[in-house]
Amino acid sequence: MLFFTRWKAAAILLTALAVCLCALPNFFSDNVVRHWPSWAQRHIVLGLDLQGGSHLLLEVDSAAVRKEQLQAINDDVLRVLRQARIPFTGRAIRGNSVEVHITRDADIDSALSKLRELSQPLSGFAGSTGQRTINVTDSGSTITLGPTEPAVTERVRQAVDQSIQIVERRVNELGLVEPTIQREGTDRILVQVPGLQDPSRLKEILGKTAKLDFRMVDVSMTAEQAEQAHPADSEILAGETPGQKYLIEKRVLVSGGDLVDAQPGFDQRTNEPIVNFRFNSAGARKFAEVTQANVGKPFAIVLDNKVISAPVIREPILGGSGQISGNFTVQSANDLAILLRAGALPAPLTIIEERTVGPGLGQDSINAGEHAAYAGAALVIIFMFVTYGLFGLFANVAVAVNVAMIFGVLSLLSATLTLPGIAGIVLTVGIAVDSNVLIYERIREEVRAGRTAINAIDAGFSRALATILDSNITTFIAAAVLFYIGTGPVRGFAVTLGIGIITTLFTAFTLTRLIVAYWVRMWRPRVVPI
Amino acid sequence: MRLLRIVPDDTKFDFMRFRRISFPVSAMLSIAAIALYFFHGLNFGIDFIGGTLMEVQTKAGPADLAKMRSTIGSLQLGEFQLQQFGAPDDVLIRISQQPGGDEAQQAAVQKVRNALGDEVNYRRVEVVGPSVSTELLAYGTIGLVLAIVAILIYLWFRFEWQFALGAMIANVHDLVLTVGFMSLTGIDFDLTSIAALLTILGYSLNDTVVIYDRIREMLRRYKRMSMPELLNASVNATLSRSIVTHVTVAMSLLALLLFGGQAIHSFTATMMFGVVLVGTYTSVFIASPILIYLGVGRGRIGGAEELGPPPAPATASVSSAPLSPPQRARVRR
Repeated sequence: MLFFTRWKAAAILLTALAVCLCALPNFFSDNVVRHWPSWAQRHIVLGLDLQGGSHLLLEVDSAAVRKEQLQAINDDVLRVLRQARIPFTGRAIRGNSVEVHITRDADIDSALSKLRELSQPLSGFAGSTGQRTINVTDSGSTITLGPTEPAVTERVRQAVDQSIQIVERRVNELGLVEPTIQREGTDRILVQVPGLQDPSRLKEILGKTAKLDFRMVDVSMTAEQAEQAHPADSEILAGETPGQKYLIEKRVLVSGGDLVDAQPGFDQRTNEPIVNFRFNSAGARKFAEVTQANVGKPFAIVLDNKVISAPVIREPILGGSGQISGNFTVQSANDLAILLRAGALPAPLTIIEERTVGPGLGQDSINAGEHAAYAGAALVIIFMFVTYGLFGLFANVAVAVNVAMIFGVLSLLSATLTLPGIAGIVLTVGIAVDSNVLIYERIREEVRAGRTAINAIDAGFSRALATILDSNITTFIAAAVLFYIGTGPVRGFAVTLGIGIITTLFTAFTLTRLIVAYWVRMWRPRVVPI
Repeated sequence: MRLLRIVPDDTKFDFMRFRRISFPVSAMLSIAAIALYFFHGLNFGIDFIGGTLMEVQTKAGPADLAKMRSTIGSLQLGEFQLQQFGAPDDVLIRISQQPGGDEAQQAAVQKVRNALGDEVNYRRVEVVGPSVSTELLAYGTIGLVLAIVAILIYLWFRFEWQFALGAMIANVHDLVLTVGFMSLTGIDFDLTSIAALLTILGYSLNDTVVIYDRIREMLRRYKRMSMPELLNASVNATLSRSIVTHVTVAMSLLALLLFGGQAIHSFTATMMFGVVLVGTYTSVFIASPILIYLGVGRGRIGGAEELGPPPAPATASVSSAPLSPPQRARVRR
């Protein structure tokens, strides 16, 4: 147990040193580290609870995605059957599927085959999965079309992917520093912005779908008359001021997807804040056609099912650019421009969790943690020295190296250190001290059993290490389980604990042993001084 | 230099005798803890029941709680609590979950922010919606349970099933008592508490495995020693280590308790109770004696006559290893 070849000893020391050195970038300011080679720049990221900032967890409204998917099928059914000139009745969305009744029995077969064409093969990661997007079934003259479960999942996944991109764009447009945006689970997006103290504006920007449509105002009746009954192709939408209502055609003339740019500005006559926009060529052409055909009629700019403004078309707009005026403030005009530039979300986002920590509290936590760490370390170091003398000092060195190695590995992984993570390190320090205690107590026992010094040390190590291995593997299993199923804070705890166990095993099996072996070789002790 | 020996060498305490006291006491305490959980309940933080938590710091002098209370009360946000948090200008505001889903929580925060205006700094704002809080509680619980089960399986492979069961009983005992403690003291039960429980589980397990390892070693070495004697010898042999380890843990926890600040105060207090107080007791008085009842090593020992009240005849399953002369004396090496 106490013999090390020169190579082995060198390998152990070099490993320990290298891992410890990985922690180095944490002790220098960013300005210094910036000049280092990129592989040496990895450092621990402080969690938002320590450095302050905002953490927002957003959920993509997957119900809305499903609804939209059904609506699309519904529209497709209408299109296909009309094209094929098959008469039908009772087309409607029922539950999770679309039902349509074919009027003439003779048409059923052709309707079925036409509708089946709507169902596309669903491609997975490795080409075709053999699954299709829509289930088409018939019972007599009624045909039912429902999206298959994989198709729904795929659609939600796409919606989340798209949402992440748009959230990214919106956050970047706001000019926030070093935001991280990542997917959480199947339908969630985590947005973390370090240093952000008041996330009100961010929340407002993220909470908007920003679906912009240009549609015609239905002038066949007033909105009040429409309360009782209105054409099926129109709907009543609210305006900006409370109580204001408009009757708007459902048909979308040009959508926000055709926008290429939007900038805040001021109206030259009234000096009110406005948003200037520009269409791409397709959008410009459509907009030109529509405005040419409808001069003198009012059209509506609809944002998230709310009418921002409903101006009358005074002349055809051919250049593909225009302006939106509403009751804007400078800020809201700016926000709308950001939203339009970043694009619309495929489905609404809801903020389901928010954690904001001010910079003061974070710094206080770090300070408190540091003080406690120093005080705790001092107590433990003195106690170990008083209890085990020279060997206690060895233990202190080993534990110090252990902690440095934990920070080294955390830096290598660019891991995030949070308060629960610090708890994990505290637990590891306890376990690391314990591993030394186990070894020394075992040596004491072996000495009492009458062994010679070197024999006792050797036996003490070999017996204690078996125990240390057992207890650490058990704790590691716990850490692994927690890592796989845990969320946020629990996961941070599991990471530091897991790393800590590995470094503890490393130091106990190599470093402590090496130090003691070296000491034995130098001094050839007859009595073990513990 | 004379080194400190907290525990004298070669102790021969008869720990196993205390099982007639420690088991009923532990059983009663566990039942009390469970009863506390069900009837007194835990002071669930917003992580698990949803709602809003704000820590604010007044800019001008100590906080006027009464004024703040009436300001927030006028917003009609349902149940809320104000609490001094550490310094006199530091106030913790807790607002219960608003009816109306995730958006309503956000609206409530905005209202409070508007009402308190510029008089305060916001040190911390946490809003947890209903869907997340349910999940966090479920994941936290599943995490604890799965971790225990995974460990159980490992110990079962590594030791015998009795050891695995014994370790599980000891660990669950620690966790149950700690939950009872949290209920009694009304400590906020949030995600940090789950981390505390996990840490306690980690230490508890570590302790149990260390003692079990020793017991297994003794079982292999002293085939004829009676179980209580063997357990006593094992516990005594590891006693010094148990005490030293727990003293060092207590020291680091003490440092955290004194200097660690408000944010981890409840975490440390819980750990102090779970690891130092209960953990030490459990590893000596519960984890080892329970093996007697679980029937560890009955097959290995030549005569099991000392284990049960009716003297059992020597079992036939004695291993083929040659038996050393009856070793009724104490452990001597």
